[in-house]
Amino acid sequence: MIKQLSQRLLGPVTLLLLVLTFWLGLWVTPPDRIQGNLVRMLYVHPAVAWVALYVSFGTATIASVLYLWKRTRSGTLDRVAHCAMEVSVVFIVLTLITGSIWGRPTWGVWWAWDARLTSTAILGVLAIGYLALRRANDDPVLRARRSAVFAIVSAINVPIIHFSVQWWKTLHQGATVFTSNRQLLVHGSMAWTLLLSFLGFTLLFFWLLRARYRLEVLREETQRATLDLALEMRQREGAR
Amino acid sequence: MIRTAWLVAKKDLLIERRSRVLLWQVVPFGAIALLLSGLALGPTHAGHSSAGPGLFYLVMLFVALLMINRSYVIESTPGTRASVQTLGLDPAGVFLGKSLALCVELWLSGLVLLAGTVLVLHTALHGALLALPSVLVTLAAMAAAGTLYGALTAGGEGAATLLPVLTLPAFAPLLVAGERSFSAALTHSGLWEWWLILAVALVAYVGVGILLYGVLEES
Repeated sequence: MIKQLSQRLLGPVTLLLLVLTFWLGLWVTPPDRIQGNLVRMLYVHPAVAWVALYVSFGTATIASVLYLWKRTRSGTLDRVAHCAMEVSVVFIVLTLITGSIWGRPTWGVWWAWDARLTSTAILGVLAIGYLALRRANDDPVLRARRSAVFAIVSAINVPIIHFSVQWWKTLHQGATVFTSNRQLLVHGSMAWTLLLSFLGFTLLFFWLLRARYRLEVLREETQRATLDLALEMRQREGAR
Repeated sequence: MIRTAWLVAKKDLLIERRSRVLLWQVVPFGAIALLLSGLALGPTHAGHSSAGPGLFYLVMLFVALLMINRSYVIESTPGTRASVQTLGLDPAGVFLGKSLALCVELWLSGLVLLAGTVLVLHTALHGALLALPSVLVTLAAMAAAGTLYGALTAGGEGAATLLPVLTLPAFAPLLVAGERSFSAALTHSGLWEWWLILAVALVAYVGVGILLYGVLEES
């Protein structure tokens, strides 16, 4: 009952949170003292990056680890990893696009050879590579194993991206929301809008993941039904 | 594990010695790629160029891709993988053996191409010799990573084209760290952080390979 209700509410709540984020971000919050109206892009970019790097890639990695662990191995986990990685590609591309739109007026360029930008782009290529690897193997068990190993190895890049602003001198700013002492740097309506955007985009990920998962299950069922039908037709031909 | 590693490495190196693909195909490819890199820079910029270390590693990266592909093609004869599996060899040992063989092949090609960089791109000999330890560590890390990625793509549809897509992003940090440590050797300045990255990458790839190679080889 609760599960069904939460599944039904996921879409409308996500939509509501995103509409609220855009309304607060575009009309209610004040312009920044230094950045002016450009700050409004920051109600989208960090939340999208959070989903791309940690939520979706993290989900794919955890599902892959659990798949490789013999006690928890199941086709569901492989499907979750695959679907999460597909959604991850969308969010990584969005991260790069929103970052570029913010970077052009701020840094003067669409793209800079910055450690965080480059490592994020590499993560995008790795996620696309994961999808390519899945397409290259027809055997479902081999495909699941190989893609799980690749997802785990690719996840090494996530901490590199996270700490890149500390390890190297980068154009990309460091921690913006919290200081190293965990003190909040953003206040008032700006903080609330930022929080809503993180919640909204996280829920959007889960909504997309659920939709993509259902689509994958349906695709597999159709494939199985088509195969059964072909076998049945062949048997009938043989009987004649 | 060590015994299996030694056996697998010996087998791969013997195949390479008999087929001479490294000598007659891979090294000449690397040499022509290095020459073309010099031509791409233009005659006025090629000599004593600061791009020398970067070009050396770029060419090595292409050479590594060829060698990784080759390392799995020699096992593509029908039944080879199945017979290796039925022998019950320790997968960690197989991974280490294949990595070791690939590493030796990359070291040999690297030495020839390093000499080529000194000759063609006029990179200082003393600097190149100072950079040699970091070059060996970088190529060893490439061998470990390449063995793992090679196993991921082996036998799959379009394995030869898929391999670069999966491997190049993993090689990117190695390329950057290798180039920076080579450049530091040329300018006689120590860049220990790049050395550290290379060492961590080598340990990480060997560790991950030992842990996960068995999963890829499971029947």
